[in-house]
Amino acid sequence: MTIDTLIHIAINIGITIINIAIVFAVAMLHVAYATYFERKVIGHMQVRLGPMRVGPHGLLQPFADGIKLFFKEDVIPANADKPVFYLAPVIFLVAALTSLAVIPYYQGFVIADINIGLLFIFAMSSLGAYGIIISGWASNSKYAFLGGLRSAAQVISYEIPMGLSLVGVMIMAGSLNLTEIVNAQHESPYGMFAIPQIVGFIVFVIAAIAETNRTPFDLPEAESELVAGYFVEYSGFRFALFFLGEYIGMFIMSSMAAICFLGGWTIPKYITDVLPFLSYVPGIVWFLLKVYAFIFFYYWIRATVPRYRYDQLMAIGWKILIPVALANIVVTGLVKILL
Amino acid sequence: MLQQLFFAYFAVTIIVFSILVITRRNPVHSVLWMLLLFFHIASLYLFLNAEFIAAIQIIVYAGAILVLYLFAILFLNIKEEVKVNRFVGAWPTGFTFGIALFIVFILSLRSFIAAPPGNYSIELIKAETHTKALAKVLYTDFLFPFEVASVILLVAIVGTIVLAKRRLKS
Repeated sequence: MTIDTLIHIAINIGITIINIAIVFAVAMLHVAYATYFERKVIGHMQVRLGPMRVGPHGLLQPFADGIKLFFKEDVIPANADKPVFYLAPVIFLVAALTSLAVIPYYQGFVIADINIGLLFIFAMSSLGAYGIIISGWASNSKYAFLGGLRSAAQVISYEIPMGLSLVGVMIMAGSLNLTEIVNAQHESPYGMFAIPQIVGFIVFVIAAIAETNRTPFDLPEAESELVAGYFVEYSGFRFALFFLGEYIGMFIMSSMAAICFLGGWTIPKYITDVLPFLSYVPGIVWFLLKVYAFIFFYYWIRATVPRYRYDQLMAIGWKILIPVALANIVVTGLVKILL
Repeated sequence: MLQQLFFAYFAVTIIVFSILVITRRNPVHSVLWMLLLFFHIASLYLFLNAEFIAAIQIIVYAGAILVLYLFAILFLNIKEEVKVNRFVGAWPTGFTFGIALFIVFILSLRSFIAAPPGNYSIELIKAETHTKALAKVLYTDFLFPFEVASVILLVAIVGTIVLAKRRLKS
């Protein structure tokens, strides 16, 4: 190894670290303001104002919440399994943050452009389930334990339709690399896979909401039955870690929807043919618009739909979503062979 | 040099984690060490340029099978479980046989002959991506064994459903 190659490696590592810092900072800001806009959007949907006190229109509310969480007392149950109790929120957050590394935000900007990007995100989302299950177990509390068990069953059940719904996208793009999936969409006559893969898209959206434990699939933390579910015994900053992980999970699912079904940072060619000035808009704007639209959809559903019963949740996953996703794969494969 | 160091790290940690898995008194701790073990095995696959196998290792073993184990273990009474001795009384016999088998393996390593290299060199796999290369081989040259394996798995699935379903209409 010569000095030149060492310098080259060092520069590459430096660029990667800078990229990680940028993505991390932007993701944290997004999480902070996702909580603010969630309260605002749901407030206005329920004819309330939402947070108004801290700063103009409550704009500084996320910082106030963060400071409060940071300085709260860290309570640990006396009979908790302490090492596992400490570990659970870290696993949950790390699994969510790691997925951010393979998401292409715009042409050429991705921390790790790996060939198995899609599978990597599946792997990390299944790792996140451990954070939930062992936090419920280690807390040594009935509410947390039941929440953890429910969540384990839910995440395992809904990972299958989520994976199957994306197989159609893999078949159409012919790749597992997220950048190549976006490029394949830009090349295709539809411009985005949400049009030919509409069935897969609907299955993915439902499964994504269930994967992130959001209403109407938020049984693991059903307030009226389980207080707060698996993280009921966590307080202060450990609670904040779970909160961060959950919101980053939402952003990852939204990014996946934007990348795999809505064309990522590109817009369909037939739109730029009609309105050529739109092609000068930077790709990150389109990507963020798609992600924000999806996040808004999450809030909208939370404000509209009541929670499902547990058996309904399982029936939707196993009896409707999985067969529909399987049929979608067969049809997509046949179309790919025949056309 | 760097490669040997990487391999040495993974080999040593995998052995240490395997020992930790079988010696923990608390089964949940065993499962968590096993999780770490699976991640190290996946890293070894990555080391061999087998990125697809690495991802599948995590998704199937860590994401599905181990979660089901954990799910079953959560229903045990951990307070009782911790008091029970982790090994059965005859463990020295098993240990002796294990060591003997290990020595046989070590001795047989001498007569190891590497198989002739196939069409797929590292460069070709890198150019074609590992997933595509694996899929091509599995669905052309090894289609029959692949289908046999899937039928065996299907039999197991049908078997579990038959066992779990108590009232069968005879």
